Amino acid sequence: MLHYSNFRYNEPMKDTTFTTSDVRKIAGLANIPVTDEEAQDLAEGFTKTLKVVDTLSEVDVTGVTPTNQVTGLENVFREDEIDKTRIFTQEEALKNGKRVHKGFFVVDQVLEQ
Amino acid sequence: MKLNELTVKDAIAKLKKKEFSHAELYKDLHDAIAEKNSLYNIYLSLDAEAVSKADALLDTPLAGIPIAVKDNFLTTVLPTTASSFVLKGFRPPFDSTATKKLQKAGSVVIGKTNMDAWAHGSSTETSDFGPTKNPRNPDYLPGGSSGGSAAAIAANLTIGAIGSETAGSIRQPASWCGVVGLKPTYGRVSRYGVIAMASSTDSPGPIGKTVEDCAIMLTHMAGHDRYDGTTLPRPVPDYTKVLTKGVKGMKMGICYMDHPNIKGTDLDTAILKAAKVFEEMGAHVDMIPMSRDGKKGTILAPDYAIGVYTVVQRSEVSSNLARYDGVRYGADRSVFAHEAKNRIMLGTFTLSKGYADKYYVRAQQVRSLYRKNFEDLFSTYDVLLSSPTPGYALPSGASSGDPLFGELQDMLVEPSSLVGNTGISVPCWRNPETNLFLGLNIMEDQWQEEKILQAAAAYEQATDWNEWAK
Repeated sequence: MLHYSNFRYNEPMKDTTFTTSDVRKIAGLANIPVTDEEAQDLAEGFTKTLKVVDTLSEVDVTGVTPTNQVTGLENVFREDEIDKTRIFTQEEALKNGKRVHKGFFVVDQVLEQ
Repeated sequence: MKLNELTVKDAIAKLKKKEFSHAELYKDLHDAIAEKNSLYNIYLSLDAEAVSKADALLDTPLAGIPIAVKDNFLTTVLPTTASSFVLKGFRPPFDSTATKKLQKAGSVVIGKTNMDAWAHGSSTETSDFGPTKNPRNPDYLPGGSSGGSAAAIAANLTIGAIGSETAGSIRQPASWCGVVGLKPTYGRVSRYGVIAMASSTDSPGPIGKTVEDCAIMLTHMAGHDRYDGTTLPRPVPDYTKVLTKGVKGMKMGICYMDHPNIKGTDLDTAILKAAKVFEEMGAHVDMIPMSRDGKKGTILAPDYAIGVYTVVQRSEVSSNLARYDGVRYGADRSVFAHEAKNRIMLGTFTLSKGYADKYYVRAQQVRSLYRKNFEDLFSTYDVLLSSPTPGYALPSGASSGDPLFGELQDMLVEPSSLVGNTGISVPCWRNPETNLFLGLNIMEDQWQEEKILQAAAAYEQATDWNEWAK
């Protein structure tokens, strides 16, 4: 088994700790319902995970350009034409919907009345 | 010998010579699945009609052989769930490019294999459909996330298989199950129709009984795809052509051996023995020291890659899984299990205002340091040797309760995966008491699949660890 104690990390600059209210805020942003028990568990997990991530602060990255992609490709274009092999019929598009009504998807109300 | 025990290469050759029929091959296979699938929980769905499709394919390159497909590749013939209840029963309206190409080359998708839900994990224990067991020893994990495909190969419940890897998800289960797994260069195999996990590193690839089987499958999976803007328009060679070239004169470097998680373990012994095998075949092998700064002639410690990978992967997961709203398909977001919630939410945090610079941008900067480090090393070495994972398969249940379980299992491949490099894992050790295997990971720069296949094939032929290659 692996143990965190095997890692020779220096002390992180500053520990990031999460409370259950931090978790509830993130849950709201991510639109994920969480129970009280889950919020507690996630808070502990996030704190533990960020402790490892915080070790990145000991790396000198002065002047280093971030790597956002590794292919080196730039501006990949395609012809502006309709690809008929990729068009769904209305039936195909709706067939996996759990709530459909008269050929439409049903969505929850998002605007206040 | 039952026909389901055949390799891709032998099955194709024997079918073409009419030594047996598709009906006989598929019967042995379905008998084996009926006997063992309930023990190991490998297949989530099976195509009972597969054999009827195979007959017409005799004259194709793959001659109608069956392949097992990880359940994150969209298939119109079978449901696709990514092992999550969110997509339970989902029937994709189109096929992934990778499976379509393999089908066009003459293979038949026999079934969809279990995986960590959404490919989040390295154990196959996070599947909502229950864990898969390691056929080499069912008290142990098969690894993951492509654990079902690796287990299908190990148990001879298929002829060929495919999986996908972000960092370790092909090579770690291949290593733990004692089979061969190849992670192609990012952009070599199309991601179109593969349920997105971490878009900047997801790489679909083959899992097989032998190096040659992986070479055959890769030849028919790879290539530019106009539906995936990150695939490159480079020609696809016949990857089987290089397998007998040997390693004479090749320059190899051994990595990560001084890491505290490896030093003094069976892995230490296994990798050094593998190096000796290469030296006897005429390769030149150096030990590359590990460093905390990646200065020239050293390999940058993999430990920082855990942080980089965690931030990059969680961030991309958060974006990719935002689409599961339960409107067009699937269930609503309350159905996500613990691990998906954990990753989505942590990624939401690392991308949120005020934290993106601190975590996401910094992680991408450290990613650049790994890139520079590999560029330096590959200016000296043809291939790098290591292992995909720090040891043997762990016992069932080992993944629970540790939010970084996967990252610790995958730390040795995270640096190279984050920079898009290719690698292959081949069996290089077996513990006679537990029947568990270790894997040798042969890594190369982007687009050098031929070089790793060449080295892996030479190793496989020179050693006795792979029973199918004998």
